[in-house]
Amino acid sequence: MDNRNPPQNSLVSVHNLTFSRGQKKIFDDISLEFERGKITAIMGPSGTGKTTLLKIIGGQLFPEKGTVTVNGRNVHHLKRDELYTLRKRMGMLFQSGALLTGMNVYDNVAFPLREHTQLPESMIRTLVLIKLEAVGLRGARDLMPNELSGGMARRVALARAIALDPMMIMYDEPFTGQDPISMGALVLLIKSLNTTLGLTSIIVSHDVQETSAIADYIYVLSEGKVVGQGTPQEIQQSSSEWVQQFMNGAADGPVHFHYPAKEYMDDLLFTEKTLFPRKRLIGGKSTTKRSRY
Amino acid sequence: MIKFFNYLGATTRASFTKLGRATYFLIGILAGIGSVIVRPRLLLKQLHSVGVLSFLIITISGLFVGMVLGLQGFYILSRFDAEETLGVMVAASLVRELGPVVSALLFAGRAGSALTAEIGLMKATEQLSGMEMMAVDPIKRIISPRFLAGFLSMPLLAALFSAVGIIGGQIVGSGLLGVDVGAYWSQMQATMDFREDIINGVIKSIVFGFITSWIALFEGYDAVPTAEGVSRATTRTVVNSAFSILGLDFILTALMFGDN
Ligand SMILES: Nc1ncnc2c1ncn2[C@@H]1O[C@H](COP(=O)(O)OP(=O)(O)OP(=O)(O)O)[C@@H](O)[C@H]1O
Ligand SMILES: [Mg+2]
Repeated sequence: MDNRNPPQNSLVSVHNLTFSRGQKKIFDDISLEFERGKITAIMGPSGTGKTTLLKIIGGQLFPEKGTVTVNGRNVHHLKRDELYTLRKRMGMLFQSGALLTGMNVYDNVAFPLREHTQLPESMIRTLVLIKLEAVGLRGARDLMPNELSGGMARRVALARAIALDPMMIMYDEPFTGQDPISMGALVLLIKSLNTTLGLTSIIVSHDVQETSAIADYIYVLSEGKVVGQGTPQEIQQSSSEWVQQFMNGAADGPVHFHYPAKEYMDDLLFTEKTLFPRKRLIGGKSTTKRSRY
Repeated sequence: MIKFFNYLGATTRASFTKLGRATYFLIGILAGIGSVIVRPRLLLKQLHSVGVLSFLIITISGLFVGMVLGLQGFYILSRFDAEETLGVMVAASLVRELGPVVSALLFAGRAGSALTAEIGLMKATEQLSGMEMMAVDPIKRIISPRFLAGFLSMPLLAALFSAVGIIGGQIVGSGLLGVDVGAYWSQMQATMDFREDIINGVIKSIVFGFITSWIALFEGYDAVPTAEGVSRATTRTVVNSAFSILGLDFILTALMFGDN
């Protein structure tokens, strides 16, 4: 199934990407295509490197091998100014929201407009209110980021990400922490941004239901490889065990819930031995390393 | 033994790479100064939080240091019947040494640590990388204004410290111990040299402001993005600033006042 033709006319393409963190290979020679004007989802177990992939596409991390092109330009070969020009047209919704804590909701959404445009304050006000209305938080404009709930913060971050009307948005887990109502509203919002503005969207998500409902194409990643790809229907009917396990949320199967570790029993026994070695050692020399400060 | 040398080698290498990163960072800051000048509001805000909020601690400390100098100076000078020169002694110690050095140490503790914690937390909460993704250079937008504010405030704070200290010396010397007020001031005016004393003091405080702001901002920017990492970085700011200030003070003093 991996020799399926990739979608044509892609805005973002990742070719033969390899990336490691220390010893751990996060991506091992993967290729993905993100088609213009479509919603492409990236799914996969926690810790597979979905956030890492978005940061590589955004030019914040550099691949060991392979190329990433956005709108026909190789992100990692761009000069700093060119990269910044490109980023103005790429919105990104961080998993943590990444709101500026020193300013209120209104100023956070106005931030990219004030930094990158010469618009008069009255125009900025109109734009900010439109974006905040879209995420249902027009009434929260005077709150500071620390006064928001996690889900609200993420919606403010979304309003900020669309403030400059970018050509694409990368959403890192937009649905986590949303109640069913705002979840539904968000799904609609993402879909309508996509259909009305022709925005290309990349969604990283664990929410199989919501994502399947709006995505045009889905990639399932696991252990550095693309283990499945296709339209939501194709993915649902995939014969791959990996994909089936992920879509149905089974704890057991080829994908492991656990971070690689030694045998559970060995680990427990080992701890016991080191924590309670023998009586004569109690009161002896402590081996705990003290902090330097 | 081999372990020790290994450790030494690794530490030296780590220090040099850190120095390299810090230098690179400084070049970035300096390149961003231009864009701060175009947007003075960013600078004004930082001048307030870095400079103005340090006024109180600087004023109070300056007053007490001056008063102590007045007391100590009087006891020694009166032994030689030279208490009229108390003003000279107080002013010279403050303007040449204590003003720049003590106010820089206080500045590192008051403003430097706050800068490190702020930048470190912004990094830990992904605000800096978020800004980068919005095509806003965090060095230009966040770091450079703070650097410039620290750099500009330091000489002013040092001058404030010395001025208040001289008044403190007068309060104790003339008010309490009976030194003639006229003598206190006229001796001071006659003996203090503008170039020799004042300019050199100002140069010192400019150097200290530069180094302290640089250290504070770099430690924050380079911090391990966790609560523990930020707390360590804050400690390092205070410790490294203190060492740098005292070490540089020795070197500068030797250079400035060495040949006469
Ligand atoms: N700064 C870092 N230094 C070292 N390793 C890291 C760093 N950031 C992430 N990793 C590792 O990279 C791997 C991928 O992390 P990433 O954040 O991309 O996962 P993810 O797929 O987004 O997970 P989640 O769904 O939980 O957000 C993880 O195994 C993590 O341990
Ligand atoms: Mg993630």
